[in-house]
Amino acid sequence: MIRFLLHRVGQALVAALGVVTLVFFIQRLAGDPVALLLPETATQADIDAMRSTLGLDRSAWVQYLEFLKDIMRFDLGDSFVQNAPVIDIIVSRIPHTLQLAAGALTVALAIGLPLGLIMALTRGRALSRWIMGLVLACQSMPTFWSGIMMILVFGVWLKWLPSSGTGTLAHLVMPSVALGLLSLATYARIVRSALIDELGRDYVRSARARGVGTVRLVHRHLLRNSIIPIISITALEISQLLAGAVIVETVFAWPGLGLLTVQSIAARDFLVVQAVVLIGAFVTIAANLAADILYSVVDPRVRLDDSA
Amino acid sequence: MDKYTWQAPRINWSWWPGFLLTLLVLCALFAPWLVPIDPDRQNLLGRLKAPGFEARGHLFWLGSDELGRDVLSRLIYGARVSIMVAFLSVLLSGVVGVFVGMLAAYLRGPVETILMRLVDIFLSVPAILLAILTVAVLGPGFINVILVLALTRWPRYARVAYGQTLVLTNRPFVTLARAMGASIPHVMIKHILPNIAGPLLVVATLEFGLMVLFEAGLSFLGLGVQPPTASWGSMLATGRNYVASAWWIATFPGLALFMLVLSANLIGDRLSEQIGTGK
Repeated sequence: MIRFLLHRVGQALVAALGVVTLVFFIQRLAGDPVALLLPETATQADIDAMRSTLGLDRSAWVQYLEFLKDIMRFDLGDSFVQNAPVIDIIVSRIPHTLQLAAGALTVALAIGLPLGLIMALTRGRALSRWIMGLVLACQSMPTFWSGIMMILVFGVWLKWLPSSGTGTLAHLVMPSVALGLLSLATYARIVRSALIDELGRDYVRSARARGVGTVRLVHRHLLRNSIIPIISITALEISQLLAGAVIVETVFAWPGLGLLTVQSIAARDFLVVQAVVLIGAFVTIAANLAADILYSVVDPRVRLDDSA
Repeated sequence: MDKYTWQAPRINWSWWPGFLLTLLVLCALFAPWLVPIDPDRQNLLGRLKAPGFEARGHLFWLGSDELGRDVLSRLIYGARVSIMVAFLSVLLSGVVGVFVGMLAAYLRGPVETILMRLVDIFLSVPAILLAILTVAVLGPGFINVILVLALTRWPRYARVAYGQTLVLTNRPFVTLARAMGASIPHVMIKHILPNIAGPLLVVATLEFGLMVLFEAGLSFLGLGVQPPTASWGSMLATGRNYVASAWWIATFPGLALFMLVLSANLIGDRLSEQIGTGK
């Protein structure tokens, strides 16, 4: 177990290092990073200061190591546009995005899991096909369109919900649903295929033969055995939600990391964009690590499989 | 059940995603001949008019936008951008990804380790964020969007190609071809590629839908194809601002986007049932 843990944590660290390297590389893709890092209004003094901060007169290796060192100290630079350390700007927006992601995950789980369950139990019947159609529609729906349509119907026509901004629970409803639709589809499909796999197993047949009812069968046997795919999908979904938040937050003027990214691009505040990408990648890596560890705890079989 | 019991006729609906996709591709191809009016022609007196509005002897079937341009014409031209960008980025990322994946699986050793680690790293950055970062560096535009989408999506193909090639390299027909002195490129192209094409096709179809969404997302954020070129994403961005007064600007491009992506996903699902994926 300890060896497995160390191995997985090591892998995650390598991936994190790789992401930092990738971002450094992309930053230099356009040639001179100074033009990118400073707004158009920058004075010559600002440019010279940035040049010495980045150490552009030194070799690329030294620059790379400096970049790495800064990130390890959580120093992501200062935003010239907002005149504040990037890390402070980011931290002030995180709670909003977390709130939105939690809302979306709730929507996805609360609707996606039952739909998957129903599809598995009514497999081959019309109901199952109709739900599958619905799920596919959710999967193909561009979040910005479903968001705008919801604003139109519930915000403009019916006036039930506020169409943008933040503050109350009512503000959270539409962004959560818009962001959660894609994950909802994923959960429904994963649960369906996991349950169909399990339904064909011998233990299910013997349980049925013993006279175990459907409700008890699902609750006691099936759900427990399909928990692994649900956990690993949740890890993937967390990074999906972060990425989707960029667009959903723009649609609903929700002041989280996504809106911050878009505003920062418009203001040519590159350091902030870069920081959001790094955080998104770190969260993804951490979520995958957590999922791996979690299901080795939940299901001892995984540890044996992963020793290779 | 006796033969007089009425049964709902079973209609086979499997043809319609392909039909829809073909229809949209044809719209894109023949856009200049289909549009009722130049999509960039402005008419400031006829701004934000509802569908069915008539001005200067021209009927605005789907209404007009904030500059008085015909929404239907822009919709048809927008199909060009969506389909072209998605198709070219799938092609580019597919070629690069398949090459890398096959190379890693065939050569093994350090090359395999380095390439597949690179794939892992790319896959651990949320794709749309990576795309946004790269566009922020390179600047928006038609070519850059394709390059950026290809850059962020090649690892997907690399992983499938890698897994499939790994299974095949020890099969007798590959061993035999190598024993008879076939070169590595020959074995890869003639023997391995045809055998892994099925799963790759499934991935490419599903990726096509995703690329359409990504392109629209980037355009929606103002990072895609630049105005005045019509694109569904930028039409939606305009529509968001006028949602209270002109619902048609956002509704129709979104609907078109939805249908294109849905048909690609349905075809991809059907293919994966019949061919099986390398997931």
